[in-house]
Amino acid sequence: MSKLRLVFVKEHQASYISHLDVMRTFQRVFPRAGLSIKHSNGFHPHPILSIVLPLPVGQSSDCEILDFESVEDSTDEGVAEALNTGMPAGLRVLDCYSVTRPVREMVNLRAQLEMEYDNGVPEGACEHIREFFTQEEIFVEKRTKYKGMTELNIAPLIRSLTLTEGEGVILADAVVAAQDPGLNPALIGAAVARHLPEIAPDFVRVRRKEVYDAEMNVFR
Amino acid sequence: MDKRLERILPRVQKPARYVGGEFNAIMKDKSKVDTRVAFCFPDTYEIGMSNLGMRILYGVMNNIEGVWCERCFAPWGDMEQEMRNANIPLYALESFDPIKDFDIIAFSIGYEMAFPAMVDMLDLAGVPLHASERTALTPLVVAGGTAMYNCEPIADFIDLALIGEGEEMDVELIELHRQARREGWSKHEFLVCAAQIPGVYVPSLYDVAYNDDGTVKSITANEGAPKVVLKRIMRDMDKAYYPTKTIVPSTEIVQDRVSLELFRGCIRGCRFCQAGYVYRPVRNRSEELLRGYAVEAVEDSGYQDMTLSSLSTSDYPHLVELCDDLEDFCAQRHVTLALPSLRADNFSMALMERLQKGRKTGLTFAPEAGTQRLRDAINKNLTEEDLLESCRRAFAGGYSAVKLYFMLGLPTETDEDVLGIADIAAHVMHAWRESALNKTRGVRITVSTSWFVPKPHTAFQWEPQIPIEEYERRVKLLREAMNTKSVTYNWHPSPTSFMEAVISCGDRRLGKVIETAWRKGETLSAWEDYFDLSRWMEAFEECGLDPHFYANRRRSEDEILPWSMISCGVAPGYLKREHALSYEGVTTPDCRTHCNACGANCLVGGKCDV
Repeated sequence: MSKLRLVFVKEHQASYISHLDVMRTFQRVFPRAGLSIKHSNGFHPHPILSIVLPLPVGQSSDCEILDFESVEDSTDEGVAEALNTGMPAGLRVLDCYSVTRPVREMVNLRAQLEMEYDNGVPEGACEHIREFFTQEEIFVEKRTKYKGMTELNIAPLIRSLTLTEGEGVILADAVVAAQDPGLNPALIGAAVARHLPEIAPDFVRVRRKEVYDAEMNVFR
Repeated sequence: MDKRLERILPRVQKPARYVGGEFNAIMKDKSKVDTRVAFCFPDTYEIGMSNLGMRILYGVMNNIEGVWCERCFAPWGDMEQEMRNANIPLYALESFDPIKDFDIIAFSIGYEMAFPAMVDMLDLAGVPLHASERTALTPLVVAGGTAMYNCEPIADFIDLALIGEGEEMDVELIELHRQARREGWSKHEFLVCAAQIPGVYVPSLYDVAYNDDGTVKSITANEGAPKVVLKRIMRDMDKAYYPTKTIVPSTEIVQDRVSLELFRGCIRGCRFCQAGYVYRPVRNRSEELLRGYAVEAVEDSGYQDMTLSSLSTSDYPHLVELCDDLEDFCAQRHVTLALPSLRADNFSMALMERLQKGRKTGLTFAPEAGTQRLRDAINKNLTEEDLLESCRRAFAGGYSAVKLYFMLGLPTETDEDVLGIADIAAHVMHAWRESALNKTRGVRITVSTSWFVPKPHTAFQWEPQIPIEEYERRVKLLREAMNTKSVTYNWHPSPTSFMEAVISCGDRRLGKVIETAWRKGETLSAWEDYFDLSRWMEAFEECGLDPHFYANRRRSEDEILPWSMISCGVAPGYLKREHALSYEGVTTPDCRTHCNACGANCLVGGKCDV
């Protein structure tokens, strides 16, 4: 029995699969690939696996992390290849290895936001947004667990934000807090839409690029 | 993926059902394909993907060289609105291409209340609704599924209907359509020729005339179309395709498991049951083949649940053997085996207990009627003692919940029969007191009643549905008699069942009613969220038709029924005989005990159930 970790990509159609459904999908991908993984005990045994930072529906990611326990002794070799033969479109395992670091050491994450402007980026918008995010308090509305809404100050959760302007798009490279509490990078777009309505983007596409520890070393 | 689609998906509920890409979804190179089929299901993704017939035919059609069959489901209301606002026409899940550009648009319709959704999907696709408005050979709009045993209400919208099992017929139709396109036939030439494929019904080749009282006067087949279209079946189930490599949805669906089809048909002959008649005769798959399919399907899909499906699973002759053979495999792979549709007899219980192991949640039985007299009249062939014995065993074995299903408004039903339902519930309660293993846990008995809907091609096709006020009176009568503690009573709301009766027994004139109701907003009418009786009543009013004529009128046995050009192989004389026997309270033995000469054996060309 050994604890293993997968790194996988979630993109295209698969970005619309909810967290619970990704779990369900992996519960089937393992037996499909002929791999036995540890099941819970009791009347309804189910495969035990966990995805560290659930990705909001609609976002893509290059670095999703899933932990599981294999029944056989440490056989990380060939696991990624085996799993990839049975994946839905848009999910792809990059790597499988033994777990060495606890997930709580995952502290920061980098995301790319593509803020699209259908009629071209408004004059000075990029500069305006850059300036806006230097404030110490930026409140957005956030849905709570109990269906209510709450005001959240996202400024302290943003470690860095780099903006570049492209054709009809402002690209934002954001490093934000990953957990306890973490920031959904989409809220950066929401903050722009709320506080700078005249330069609100028409659509914001979000992709998680990398996860880091507190010292900004890549977390694996 | 379309950029417009990317913009709307974050705003809709459960977007994963609109993007395809599932494991085993079939992708093809468009340049190597000459026939595009949009296989449409007029209900949500979760319902449609749970349909085994859909999975079978998806595999069958994609196995044809040069044919790419893709799936398409009805969007939920929020998605439909977004699609209409963004001008995104209905698209197929595999390629995201608009289905209006496909060669064939094929609907699978199992339920009459899905007719408005079919109309809505055509409109959302940008395809003219009426067959007469579509003059080109493509897209050809066809429909199959159980609801086609009376497809007259949608005769205006479809080019043709496929009656019965589609495995062979669909292939023949696709080949003919291919030839027609290659050789440049007119649509009419094609339809005349297609009508010669056994099982194909082309409504536009049939003239229907009506009497002054609204009944059908005559049905005339033109241009060589058969007078009666006989359904198609797979004679030999061992040669019928079974989808062991099947799509595994990435989002939860209703039947999210391997569904192993043991046999088709049912030996029981319940007189109200359309499936029991139209799926005849009984044809079993061999146990050896099923075992192989089960292993292959579980290994390929990674599913950890498997259901042994059929109309009456405990009637599969090799059931114990099959379960024995699968037990080790299932245990090793953590696969749970489920047996729905078990009859309330001892044999089933023993098997159930074995398979369920620790999971003792609830059991469901369907006695259908409250007294032996009425159960005999509907040919349910179940005694109260059978039911109670099963319940005793279940309670003694640790079960603490039982669900009982009944129907109200069955032909010949009296108040005594209605009150009999409450008696049964009380007796089940008593059985629990007698035999419960652990009384401290309490017991939950749930009684549910639905409203009898007369269906075409059954022994009750001539019967009226009781008026709505009478149904509600009987519900009230039963509710007041249900005074046993721990018994919950649920009843099916009446408006949907009423409209179901109207459309089930409808004729061609209902096409305009369906269209009118759809224009008023009826889409996913099978869902309570979207069904509104007042819209239907207004539509009938505007079309000058009376819904009660269809639902609440006793038909004469000499009347030409609107669906009489369709045959499921059961002789009309047999249905009349069964109808008469129900009034005498005489049962008919199951077909394994004794062949009752229903006529369906003509479809297999000899003895059935071998």
